[in-house]
Amino acid sequence: MNFQFSDEAEALRDQARRFLEDKSDRTKARAVMNSGSSHDAALWAEIVALGWTALRVPEELGGLGLSVLELCVLAEEVGRALSPVPFTSSVLLATEALLIAGTDAQKAKWLPKLADGSAIGAVALAEGTAVPGGKSKLSIAGGQASGQKAPVADAHSADFFIISANDGLYLLEKSAAGLTIGDVETIDLVRRSSRLTLSNAPVEAMAGGREALERFLQSAAILLAFEGLGGADAAMEMSVTYAKDRVAFGRKIGGYQAVKHRLADMYIKNQLARSHAYYGAWALLTNAPELPLAAAGARVAAIDAYQFAAEENVQLHGGIGFTWESDCQFFYRRARTLALSLGSKTHWSDRVVRNLEQRNMPFAA
Amino acid sequence: MDFEDTAEEAAYRAKVREWINANKASIRAEDHSSRAEAVTAAKAWQALKYEAGYVGITWPKAVGGQGGTAMQQIIFNQEEAKVNAPTGLYAIGLGMCIPTVFSHGLSPDIAARYVPVAMKGEEVWCQLFSEPAAGSDLAGIRTRAEPDGDEWVINGQKVWTSGAHLSDFGIVVTRTDPSVPKHKGLTMFIVDMKAPGVEVRPIKQMSGGSEFNEVFFTDVRVKDTHRLGAVGEGWKVSLTTLMHERLAVGGKPASAPGVQEMIELAKAIDLEEGNALEQSHVRNQIAEAYINDRGIALTRMRTISALSSGRTPGPESSISKIVVANTMQDMGAFASDLCESAGLISGENLPHLARFQGSYIGSAGLRIAGGTDEILRNIIAERVLGLPSDIRPDKDIPFSEATRLS
Repeated sequence: MNFQFSDEAEALRDQARRFLEDKSDRTKARAVMNSGSSHDAALWAEIVALGWTALRVPEELGGLGLSVLELCVLAEEVGRALSPVPFTSSVLLATEALLIAGTDAQKAKWLPKLADGSAIGAVALAEGTAVPGGKSKLSIAGGQASGQKAPVADAHSADFFIISANDGLYLLEKSAAGLTIGDVETIDLVRRSSRLTLSNAPVEAMAGGREALERFLQSAAILLAFEGLGGADAAMEMSVTYAKDRVAFGRKIGGYQAVKHRLADMYIKNQLARSHAYYGAWALLTNAPELPLAAAGARVAAIDAYQFAAEENVQLHGGIGFTWESDCQFFYRRARTLALSLGSKTHWSDRVVRNLEQRNMPFAA
Repeated sequence: MDFEDTAEEAAYRAKVREWINANKASIRAEDHSSRAEAVTAAKAWQALKYEAGYVGITWPKAVGGQGGTAMQQIIFNQEEAKVNAPTGLYAIGLGMCIPTVFSHGLSPDIAARYVPVAMKGEEVWCQLFSEPAAGSDLAGIRTRAEPDGDEWVINGQKVWTSGAHLSDFGIVVTRTDPSVPKHKGLTMFIVDMKAPGVEVRPIKQMSGGSEFNEVFFTDVRVKDTHRLGAVGEGWKVSLTTLMHERLAVGGKPASAPGVQEMIELAKAIDLEEGNALEQSHVRNQIAEAYINDRGIALTRMRTISALSSGRTPGPESSISKIVVANTMQDMGAFASDLCESAGLISGENLPHLARFQGSYIGSAGLRIAGGTDEILRNIIAERVLGLPSDIRPDKDIPFSEATRLS
């Protein structure tokens, strides 16, 4: 049994963590929040230089051609660091969508640019209260799309969008006529979002139809689970550090059971989320029949863990945790972003059960 | 990543399977047998295992073990579980007591006398740790052992002793010096459960079963040769035993129903608003149960993977029992809720309801056995997360004074 990351992937994790601790502490997220800029361009340039944007792009298209396991590791580390860069939009989502559903021409056009950092991609799935992959109100006819997509993260940085419609995924270029990008304010003050309004905007169909859309959602669920897992662990560690330092009633608060037991519960939820995320990584890597179930489980467990850690992190800090200056708000807000940007916990819980209902075989493992 | 055996593991599994297939016909169904028959069945299976070299797989060869790996033990357990082999009678003795005996016994004679007989299953062991005034606070035990020539005289009471009524021997933690702090004045012994002065009284549990007991010691004499570890080192010795206990108690009981059973039950119930399985709140609960139930199985695979590749497992397995017991309880309550008033009726003909009812009752005990939820949270917080320990006013003062603190 080999239900763990390889030594190579773990070495990449160490390297990524050291880099992000050095170059992307939470003051970077705060600076982006305060400045109102779309992202930290200098940090993004360094990430591109490290090859993270090229990780999954095939070698013949200028990439490194590494496996999804390495990508999971980076997703976790970037989630941990709350790095204010379009990594999620461009690398975890747009690049993977192209790999899953891009036509040869679309891949040839965009993947080399994504790899070398000359282009940034974003995905536009959300339409208000609709579930991604559910009924879209976008009307597409004759290669032109009309309707709205919101919220769309990193739209200002992006050069192209991958949008979902009822019959699959489409590619929309930023320069397309009939596309208007307007700001929307969301609960997340670091990862900025926009509203795309399409009025007979030219779009290109991607390959694979609904099946590819579905597969993309599963991949996204797993990668966002890793991002959330990183955030959940970081929020827990922030709480643990504070509990070891803060004194009340004559001793460190981490010595009181009301505090330490809450932290133990964070650890429990994070470990469950980690195990489900690994299961997702395995299913994605091997294209296992369990993939739809593993993706749904990874997403539900990660949403649950991150929400709990983020909420209790504020609580364990007391009043200081509720101030603007405290970093607690970054986790609190980001946990919501991840929980809502791909269909809610209720939606993915339903997917868990739907897949369990269809099961008539024992688990592979 | 994969869930496959390594070549070596696969070869070992094949060998184990072959042996189990050749011998499984001798396993008697436990469900329909009386207690005496269950003991006979367990002894017969254990004797077969011993003959074939499947007892003490990880123990050193010097004590009669196989000198094998943790993976081999895991593989054997997995295969054995598939045929519902009767192993419960020896879980404590071979899982905890005998490793303590061969690790801390004073002479080779002691190991030679007790270990092989226990491995064959001819003698059954229990561990005598908890007391009426020392449950979570295990080091607070009061059972006294006082020296008398080359013997010790034991007086006191133990409780929650699983299997004492079926046992031939036990390992008992006693207080040999009340004038030092509580962890320091303890000593462990091997005790003959049939010796004069040992009285075993079964406890009827709220589940109706009687798996554990009160054990009273009145002037029970034990030879000093039957001491385990040095005088005053009983706490350290008992940690060896407890380390094994948490591994043994961690998993989900085979009798406990899972997520698939919950789905089948929900499907069979029509609520006013439609079929129960179609309701969003029901689906949320099922998904939550899946996250916990499957999450623990997957977490275990992370631990096994580490063992399989020769790494030291992380502390992730420390979450197991707390999640298993609480999920059983939550699922049991929710499953019976779904059935409305019918959920109260024993023997009502709804899929798996009886098992959910049973596991709801049993889970209340599982949340306590082998470390309560609260003690386990303390362990995670202190040993894994490195948080400060609880305030322990009795920690550094003589035990005889500590007992007056309350």
